[in-house]
Amino acid sequence: MSAQSLFEKVWAQHIVAPETDDTPAVLYVDLHLIHEVTSPQAFDLLRSRGIKVRRPDRCLATLDHSTPTVPMKSIKDLEIVSEPAAAKQVRQMEKNCKDFGIELRGFESRERGIVHVIGPELGASQPGMTIVCGDSHTSTHGAVGALAFGIGTTEVGHVLATQCLLQRKPKTLAINVDGKLAPGVTAKDVILRVIGEIGVGGGTGHVIEYRGSAIRAMSMEERMTVCNMSIEAGARAGMIAPDDTTYQYLAGRPLAPQGAAWDAAVKRWRSLPSDAGARFDREINIDVSTLAPMVTFGTNPGMVMPIDHEVPRGDDPSFRKALAYMQVEAGKPLLGKPVDVVFIGSCTNGRLSDLRMAAGLLRGRHVADRVRLLVVPGSHEVKRQAEAEGLDEIVRAAGGEWREPGCSMCIAMNGDKVASGQLSVSTSNRNFEGRQGSGARTVLASPLTAAAAAIKGAIADPRELMG
Amino acid sequence: MEPIKQIRSKTVVMPNDDIDTDQIIPARYLTTTTKDGLGKNLFNDWRYDRNGKERADFVLTRPENRGAQILVGGHNFGCGSSREHAPWALLDFGIRAVVSTEIADIFRSNSLKNGLVPIVVDDDTHRWLLANPGAEVTVDVASATLVLPARRVPFPIDKFSRYCLMNGIDQLGFLLEQDAAINRYEQAHA
Repeated sequence: MSAQSLFEKVWAQHIVAPETDDTPAVLYVDLHLIHEVTSPQAFDLLRSRGIKVRRPDRCLATLDHSTPTVPMKSIKDLEIVSEPAAAKQVRQMEKNCKDFGIELRGFESRERGIVHVIGPELGASQPGMTIVCGDSHTSTHGAVGALAFGIGTTEVGHVLATQCLLQRKPKTLAINVDGKLAPGVTAKDVILRVIGEIGVGGGTGHVIEYRGSAIRAMSMEERMTVCNMSIEAGARAGMIAPDDTTYQYLAGRPLAPQGAAWDAAVKRWRSLPSDAGARFDREINIDVSTLAPMVTFGTNPGMVMPIDHEVPRGDDPSFRKALAYMQVEAGKPLLGKPVDVVFIGSCTNGRLSDLRMAAGLLRGRHVADRVRLLVVPGSHEVKRQAEAEGLDEIVRAAGGEWREPGCSMCIAMNGDKVASGQLSVSTSNRNFEGRQGSGARTVLASPLTAAAAAIKGAIADPRELMG
Repeated sequence: MEPIKQIRSKTVVMPNDDIDTDQIIPARYLTTTTKDGLGKNLFNDWRYDRNGKERADFVLTRPENRGAQILVGGHNFGCGSSREHAPWALLDFGIRAVVSTEIADIFRSNSLKNGLVPIVVDDDTHRWLLANPGAEVTVDVASATLVLPARRVPFPIDKFSRYCLMNGIDQLGFLLEQDAAINRYEQAHA
């Protein structure tokens, strides 16, 4: 057999029926992640056709998007702290899971959190799996060597009903990331650099495999940050070959294989990395040894630049419209631009290492006067660990808000939002117009750059605050 | 889903590049638990002013564009979130086909499952469409061709999706028929 890539191996292992000229492949799904926003209409489809969920045991369901992040004494307070439609959606999810026999990591669960944080955290996301969710940031789980991608609600219904999807085989794109990151430069800066290189549509139709020395040197949480934003380059999935870092991360997690099953799994997983000589449809090389912290200046994640650069010039009307919306000027730096809100959290940067990075800069410092800092752990587990380390105290002492887990201000569905016209520095993944609230302006950055902005009250280079 | 063989309509042009699904329908309207009525919030933040009044200069609702069923966007349409609410909102408003030089994967897949035809064209054709808003064109699904006044432009669409569109078939039925193969797969991989 000819040399195969990681993607090709995982794809081939999940074919229920091969694709033909007339029909797409029937692809088996190992793990179906479900949340409250993109599933109600799918459950309704099953109800209307009298279909059961084929494999409730292969579902991992939680509440994250529409949930409030203000502390509640009891779930009974949901209707008080939430907008009515958001509360109704949460209640509908509770009912749907109950009706269809799916375990829900709901409000009473210690395991609740953003679906892309809890999947790996629980050890549910494993190398070689196919993982889908009605959520474009499902690409996150590719960090463990899974083929993981976002689907629409109709497809959520397909997976609930049949545990399968109809798919045409995508193309492959290898992105070789080499070089050692300088202090103050993070995985977030790497992926922003990648998106800047290939553009927001550059990965359309492709599955990315991230390779190279910089990727190998990353922790699992850093790899998740990279894979998370694959979709911002247009690629439905981004994958990283599993290695000892992966196995050490997964070992002992509640839903990971245990004992002899673990040993057998690791043996199987070791055969997954791309063979030497595996061919990719496209290949890109990026050197990150001179990379600086990156910030976006426009209204999509591809409009990104090193923090110490000036906003580029462009004649294109869409480019000019984006700059006008952001109230930034071509040829001028972003450094020093006043900031209203700083958001640290999301499925991109809401894990323990992200909060540690931010707290490291905030320790012994205070947030600038007119800045609102919101820190939202990605899950209850992240929150517990962070609190055990005293990170919550550091955030509060600095004048920031420490919240309950959820998607929060990344998507602004639950009360956490940026007011119209305000400028936010956010560790999330999308700087689209109005993403963080109608009229909100968003600068995407790393947790270090976000913390620096909170302290300085303006866009600031975190390297200047690092000892 | 109604069978779709042909769509004949004037075009409406939104020349912005990279129109993302957050623009098509902002997240705050995703708390709905049904598919209905999303058209009123289509392009909500571009379409309404702060008082919730429809802006007179918004292209999609200008009198001359009312009734247009074919939306021509700038380069790369539908990037971002996987929300199927985006095609639901477009369809509810009355749009039945979108045209661009590139269409994001998940948006494309969602569109095809709801009877919204995603049409990718070459730069030349795209330039012509941008320069001729309101042009009468025909989307011929059977021949996978976009028919302009002076030329016929083929567009890519996989055979299965085209078959489903033309016959109003929802793909779940096809998947349910795979039950025996799925059982075999599950037994082999238990």
